[in-house]
Amino acid sequence: MRTLTKRPFSAARPETASSSETTPSHETAAAGDQDVLTREIEHGATVGRLEGDEPVARERLVPGKTTATPSHNAPDRHRHRHAHRHESAIKHVTGRARYIDDLPAPGDALHAIAGLSPVAHGRLTRLDLEAVRRAPGVIDVITAAEIPGHRDIGPVFPGDPMFAEEIVSYVGQPLFAVAATSYRAARLAVQAASVEIEPLPAQLDPVAATDAGEFARPSHEQVSGDWHQALAEAPNTLTAEQFVGGQEHFYLEGQACLALPSEDEGVVVHTSNQHPSETQKLVAEVLDIPFHAVTVENRRMGGGFGGKETQAAPWACMAALFARRTGRAVRLRLPRAEDTRATGKRHPFQNRYRLGFDDDGVLLGGDITLIGDCGHSPDLSEAVVDRAMFHADNAYSLGAARVTGHRARTHTASNTAFRGFGGPQGMMIIERAMDDIARHRRLDPLTVRKRNLYRAGRETTHYGQAVDQHPLMAEIIERLEASSDYWTRREAITAFNRHSPVIKRGLALTPVKFGISFTAQHLNQAGALLHVYTDGSVMINHGGTEMGQGLHTKVCQVVARELGLDLDTVRISATRTDKVPNTSPTAASSGADLNGMAARDAASQLRERLFDFAAEHYALDREGLRLLNGELVAGVGEVTRSLPWGELVQAAYLNRVSLSATGFYSTPLIHYDRDSGQGRPFYYFAYGASVSEVRVDTLSGEYRVERVDILHDVGDSLNPAIDRGQVEGGFIQGMGWMTSEELRWNDAGRLMTDGPATYKIPTYGDLPQVFNVELLEGHPNSQASIYRSKAVGEPPFMLCMSVWSALRDALSSLVDYRVSPALDTPATPERVLMAAEALRQMPAGPGASSS
Amino acid sequence: MTRRSTTCRSASVAISDVLGPDCRVEPQKDNDKPEKRLTDFVMIEFYLNGEPRREAATPDTSVLELLRNHLGQCGTKEGCACGDCGACTVAIAQPEAATGDTLVYRTANACMTPAHQLQGCHLVTVEGLAQGDALYPAQSAMVDCHASQCGFCTPGIVMSLFALHEAQRAHPDRELDDHRLEAALGGNLCRCTGYRPIRDAALTMASQPDTRPPWADDATLATRLRALAATTPAESATSAPSTEVQTTADAPHDALRDTPSDTPSEAPHGTATAGRYAMPADLATLIRLLRERPAARLVAGATDLWLETTQRLQPLEDLIDVTRVAELRQLDAADDGWWIGAALTYHELEPLLATHYPAFAHLLTRLGSAQIRHRGTLGGNIANASPIGDTPPVLLALGARLRLVSTAGEREMALEDFFLDYKRTALAPGEVIASIFLPRPDADLRLRVWKLSKRREDDISTLLGVFRWRKDGDRLRDVRVAFGGMAAIPLRVPAIEATLEGQSATRDTFTHAKQALHTSLTPMTDARGSADYRLAAAANLLERWRLTLDGDADIATDAGHVIQNAMEVMLDAYAH
Repeated sequence: MRTLTKRPFSAARPETASSSETTPSHETAAAGDQDVLTREIEHGATVGRLEGDEPVARERLVPGKTTATPSHNAPDRHRHRHAHRHESAIKHVTGRARYIDDLPAPGDALHAIAGLSPVAHGRLTRLDLEAVRRAPGVIDVITAAEIPGHRDIGPVFPGDPMFAEEIVSYVGQPLFAVAATSYRAARLAVQAASVEIEPLPAQLDPVAATDAGEFARPSHEQVSGDWHQALAEAPNTLTAEQFVGGQEHFYLEGQACLALPSEDEGVVVHTSNQHPSETQKLVAEVLDIPFHAVTVENRRMGGGFGGKETQAAPWACMAALFARRTGRAVRLRLPRAEDTRATGKRHPFQNRYRLGFDDDGVLLGGDITLIGDCGHSPDLSEAVVDRAMFHADNAYSLGAARVTGHRARTHTASNTAFRGFGGPQGMMIIERAMDDIARHRRLDPLTVRKRNLYRAGRETTHYGQAVDQHPLMAEIIERLEASSDYWTRREAITAFNRHSPVIKRGLALTPVKFGISFTAQHLNQAGALLHVYTDGSVMINHGGTEMGQGLHTKVCQVVARELGLDLDTVRISATRTDKVPNTSPTAASSGADLNGMAARDAASQLRERLFDFAAEHYALDREGLRLLNGELVAGVGEVTRSLPWGELVQAAYLNRVSLSATGFYSTPLIHYDRDSGQGRPFYYFAYGASVSEVRVDTLSGEYRVERVDILHDVGDSLNPAIDRGQVEGGFIQGMGWMTSEELRWNDAGRLMTDGPATYKIPTYGDLPQVFNVELLEGHPNSQASIYRSKAVGEPPFMLCMSVWSALRDALSSLVDYRVSPALDTPATPERVLMAAEALRQMPAGPGASSS
Repeated sequence: MTRRSTTCRSASVAISDVLGPDCRVEPQKDNDKPEKRLTDFVMIEFYLNGEPRREAATPDTSVLELLRNHLGQCGTKEGCACGDCGACTVAIAQPEAATGDTLVYRTANACMTPAHQLQGCHLVTVEGLAQGDALYPAQSAMVDCHASQCGFCTPGIVMSLFALHEAQRAHPDRELDDHRLEAALGGNLCRCTGYRPIRDAALTMASQPDTRPPWADDATLATRLRALAATTPAESATSAPSTEVQTTADAPHDALRDTPSDTPSEAPHGTATAGRYAMPADLATLIRLLRERPAARLVAGATDLWLETTQRLQPLEDLIDVTRVAELRQLDAADDGWWIGAALTYHELEPLLATHYPAFAHLLTRLGSAQIRHRGTLGGNIANASPIGDTPPVLLALGARLRLVSTAGEREMALEDFFLDYKRTALAPGEVIASIFLPRPDADLRLRVWKLSKRREDDISTLLGVFRWRKDGDRLRDVRVAFGGMAAIPLRVPAIEATLEGQSATRDTFTHAKQALHTSLTPMTDARGSADYRLAAAANLLERWRLTLDGDADIATDAGHVIQNAMEVMLDAYAH
């Protein structure tokens, strides 16, 4: 073998680039590997923890706790092999990261604002916009009549007119839009509209809508076994109803877009958007132009959480239409209150159960009904309520059960995707039941939960999917039970409550089993586009969008890993429909699963192509080639040779080898038959569990979440720092949903909590005093996901249910744990106080039931 | 002028009003395009990240609009435009006599801060912290702790950490405890991280490399700022526009950018708002201006007033700023109490209250956020007359008095005579609140202040109960009970006081007090809570009061339990 000479390659490994020509690089590589191995062994001692990632604050602040001083040596923190920082972290902290409204636009750019309906339901009898047109600064005004193409922009099913025409369906529905020379001018001009709406009765109650058969989509049922018989024969039965409130996404960056007319008949639309391909389609259909005339781009979002999956499209369509009509760039961003009123939220649900169980509290079967409040149109509600149904079991075998899902149509904004996508609302009903059954049988709720977990012989869900890895659920609970001292604390809390009439403490452990895959099969696909430039630098692009979840970081890591490169060598560019086409939304926690695999496919294609070339060009043994630490390494043992990546790329280029590849991935194995309500809708399940402890003032309803312990399964983590961020952030966001985030509409169907002054998401002080979060290690995904990792976007959200259950536990102590109080969510101080007052009115003595 | 009227219709405002200006059903008569008016731009001279700036802006321009639209500095984000999310947090320093050449940086919500209040100030934004590629400690700690996800709230959080870090540098001996962290970060919402890594960043930034911003430790900066302040007497600010530049409020942002300008016929429309912004330096000038310009609005912290422009698009074209009126900025101690200048901020009152009325001081920690407390004023909170303003019930219970001044002279008034009806006060036209008298507490005076809200931090009261008394053996004397959020105005409840005055604190006594509460208060249902909840919770606050009074004795409760000595009757986090 001839000696390979090195050429400087600064992009890949600056520290070795100028090293001597004959350095036996394999030694360096081996040393590097050894280093990694050593570190991994060191990590083995603290399973599931990153080095230096312990919650330092409370360790230092809580008196009496071990004073584990955090490592302040910044470069040493998070030294885990894959715990890379977010690719935009430095841009975030310096203000250099650009969001939509920060993008430069031509000097004559217009500002658009929509005029919204003040009425929940009615007939639009007059829409006089003459004064709007004549208002200062106004350049153009559009209504449905000005739309050249499709007027309905429903994402899956029709029902979402871009502008209301004859019938107005919710307060906040767009009626028209204005483009003016400034943001304020546009907002002022909208006020000049003369609108007359003849009111019609507005349906604001999803239960009444269900009773009246007013559905956004047909109802659906999943049945396993003879549930009638199971209920009839069960020694115990309970019935209850649970209201589960909705949730505003409260992405910090509101809906925003910037549309620029292109030189042909099309537009380029920058939009804060989780689903660029669908927005491309809708813009093209609205403008009545081919899809290839529309390019949609997003570099990053200031938060999405599902709220920009379908809800970003209308604004992009409006801006695009203005851009085509005026030939000018058009900005559109929604003021916060309008954003909150005009766009859909997490579905509120009204759930019921009737369940039979044996004397040990083990479910025998029953009937569960879920009513999702869909708002005025289908949007994604078919799939949202489906997912609620798929999760009505959470981690428990229901026995012979029927699960029915209704999609109630009401005159509110069309409710939409939000982290968990119906799953959280579905799980709430069975967690409610677990607490209720436990009180009924005078058992600890954790005992009842454990007895009902999926297990051998009871591993098939009510929709026919066998739960793989179900022993993992039991293991997680057992480990958490021990690490959180559940039973010791249980005793202490019970004793405390006995002697504390006002302040009551509560404790609860709740599990999460969350199915991963889009339930719409065709969405489980992804594409990627990989370029290698002649300096060796790599550009990756894929169909997923970055909303803070670290997807771009993970995808860069996948490419770097496949090509044996330093992460700095790989850069990612904005998501664009002209780079990777026909993409799925970044949703269903699938971003890294799908796009990571597509990127890996592209990278491995390119790698194999380079191996083919190198084997032939340098006469190397094809089998022994690998890419490691910025070099091509050939051979084994004594005879290894290496070639810097940059030189390999140069040689390939000079020899006319393509340095670009597209990747593709589709999830195998999944299917679901709606007619039978049976199938395998999920590729795999992600698991987790949390223990929450609360302290409640039963005179005021005030409470604090004092301690939270979490153990969560992410398979083999792609990036433990990012995954931990998802777990913690998901939990706190869920805690807000369970506690302080209350949506209130008035009798006229107008949302009263339309901004942060009245809609209260968790703030700094709501962070639990003790917050122990661990990722489960040593359990790779049983399915062949990207590096055996698991999706992490949504599953941790549902860990929050333990907060609600702990509040019920605390309240239950007011009546010596005889009953579990009804506690609708969000469990605001008001609801907690009213529940406490109701319990105090209860007659003393046994026999009271929660049903 | 202070927290919060527009967003807090707890009392008698019609629900339909909340619809907002964009959703009118009624036809509008005035369809004519308003006559074009010359825009009155007023010059502002200040420093931005160490660089001198001279900018023209209309009176209703916010610091955020100035940064993003006029200066193209887009690092500072708009999250809500109502001072509740903190994404637009900036730091502002104004030379202070007490600190000499050391500038003290205080956070503010740029969306609610009038640009004109920057006059003579140093404005620091997220763009101004790093030295080239070397990050400021708050920034590098945020990176190392993985404390940004979507990154949109991050600039605001970095600025709050900046102010905290600078305070820590100035006083390294002060412990960075929970209380200070909550005070520093409670006004910055983050929807992604759950705050744990932000907490870690706050705790570890002191151990990051001590990179200083390029302008930091420049002693001449304070001198130059003082010079600026000296050159801006009230008169110049009230005089005719210094320029006839005509443009739109938003346009300059875009004009800085790449393509050529618009057709002239379209450019100047829209947001041009004629206006004046006066910043008088003394009370005499203030009341003269007020007489000359009866339509002018007074502005201090702007934490409520500014919602009128950002949320309701009302014009604010004639503003008189009271924040530099010397008499309104004084704190005068008297034998029997203090005269507090109406334009002193909550932040500035904290030391006084912490010494003499700790319960009142503790309430301030839950009033808005640091960004709000740095700007909102006591006078504003009173003049705003919101039924759910936090300080009026306390001041009512403490027997506060007001000094009102106009060209007709000055008069004193008990605070309880000031509030007439929902958002209506006894303030006469042309009259201002000059100062507020806070009586000095004597040794046996007791005060409890309990605020109930949906969220502990940065939330508006659902209701607020204040209980003041003297303990005379086992009897209650000089009882004052005041509530916010229970009626159209903050008020004392004499019927409750009467049931307690001179009585011993028995269960029977308090049962009468609760009955009096139910017969004398009829709160409303709104987004913050139902009437039933307000009544139940207010009655329970009386019960809590009773329990704290008798913490030493064993008392049978309604639930039949026996209360132990020193039992917990409320959560630590809310105790004050």
